[in-house]
Amino acid sequence: MSAPAMGGPAVALPAEVDVAIVGAGIMGLALAYHLARTTRLSIAVIERSYLVSGASGRNGGGVRMQWGDAGNVRLMMESIEECRGLAQDLGINLWFRQGGYLFLARSEAGEKRLVRNAELHAEVGAPTRLLSAAEAQGVVPQLDVSEVRLASYNPDDGVVFPWPFVWGYAAQAVRHGVHLRTHTGVARVVPRGAGYTLELSTGERITAARVVNATGAWSGALNRGLGIDLPNHPHRHEILSSEPLKPFLDPLVVDLSSGLYFSQSTRGELVAGITLPDAKDGSDTSLTLHSSLRFLGHISRTLTRLLPITGSMKVLRQWVGPYDVSPDGDAIVGPSPRHPNFIQLCGFTGHGFMMAPAVGRLLARYLADGTAHPMLARWDPQRFANGAGNRREDMIIG
Amino acid sequence: MSERSFVCRCEDVTVAELERTLAGGLTTIEEIKRYTGLGTGPCQGKECMPTLCRILLGRGALTPEKAQPFTQRPPIEPVTFATLAAVPAVEET
Repeated sequence: MSAPAMGGPAVALPAEVDVAIVGAGIMGLALAYHLARTTRLSIAVIERSYLVSGASGRNGGGVRMQWGDAGNVRLMMESIEECRGLAQDLGINLWFRQGGYLFLARSEAGEKRLVRNAELHAEVGAPTRLLSAAEAQGVVPQLDVSEVRLASYNPDDGVVFPWPFVWGYAAQAVRHGVHLRTHTGVARVVPRGAGYTLELSTGERITAARVVNATGAWSGALNRGLGIDLPNHPHRHEILSSEPLKPFLDPLVVDLSSGLYFSQSTRGELVAGITLPDAKDGSDTSLTLHSSLRFLGHISRTLTRLLPITGSMKVLRQWVGPYDVSPDGDAIVGPSPRHPNFIQLCGFTGHGFMMAPAVGRLLARYLADGTAHPMLARWDPQRFANGAGNRREDMIIG
Repeated sequence: MSERSFVCRCEDVTVAELERTLAGGLTTIEEIKRYTGLGTGPCQGKECMPTLCRILLGRGALTPEKAQPFTQRPPIEPVTFATLAAVPAVEET
């Protein structure tokens, strides 16, 4: 049996489609999959490189409902629920493992955040509970908890292996009739009537009644070409993985003070990331994807203090991926200012992968028949012009 | 080469698996790496890359001038966290 068709550079594109999605990351593909399954719209997805070449192939695969406000908690409860049946729906092993998320607070401010969040999660119905340092050590016996004041744990949170997620959505989207073209850039988007003409790097042109910008950290160029001014910007983030080991670590652990996070994938590797201290203000907004020795040193010092047994573990490889950072931490999804048929699907601030299963479904419903969702009101791209957008989610990790 | 031969010994990728991947339309080395896991184990592609290139060239899926290994990720060989923790915390120049 051969692998299912997942698009390619030679896939024929129709001259005209109802929806053209630019960017075949997890967002674009989850949307295409749900739209194709639930409507009769003709859909093209255009990817400038290979599948999983961008942030969808470079993230740590964490999936959690431990957020700082009710909207995000509810959204992630939907997303995790969706993940439970997704391997079956997509016909591919997603390596989804619900080992929980363990947040560690080492400061008084961190402790207060966890207490506040746990109260909120109880109201919303998420099974988060607060743990003492000793109880946290019960969950991960190898932790040095000498500085830990309080922890919070949600057993339903988990990790996935990002690559098969993307292949799975791609294959099922194609199976439902989506035209998925890879290795083809969108050079220009030109308004044409109420819709658009897309000029492709191959010299082809395709017209679309609606266009979705699902290019994440690369979305600015496409927007600027249409005179759309949005405040999201790229942010370089580094991550690494270790040699594979026998399973020893159940939850994904987050140290709130340092921003360090680590988990063990189902493949056995320790996957760990941290934001460098001087990068928190988003100072490196370049899209360069080179790795740094400074990151290796910084994360190794932080990790070996918190989880001393890692001292003798070996790093296999490190890499870089871009976050698409929105200034208020909320995504930017929906019709663009002055361009109602140019739809944004951007600004997920490093958390798009975990949200995509729910977002693909809710945005497909909205595009199909205008069905509202509370998060769409919050993610409205118009909010920056209206002077809103000053709420700030405080559980942005990494 | 039998279809049960290993192309990548670290991640147990066989010739048969590679054939299935190619038949699905994935033909670039970066895609094959990510679909099969080839080259993501301890050797980081140092052992399997020549074999993979040879198979792709033999099938006409790749031309010699386009044969590029996938991006080499640091470190060059596996290094312990303890060694890396001893890297001085100074600005890179």
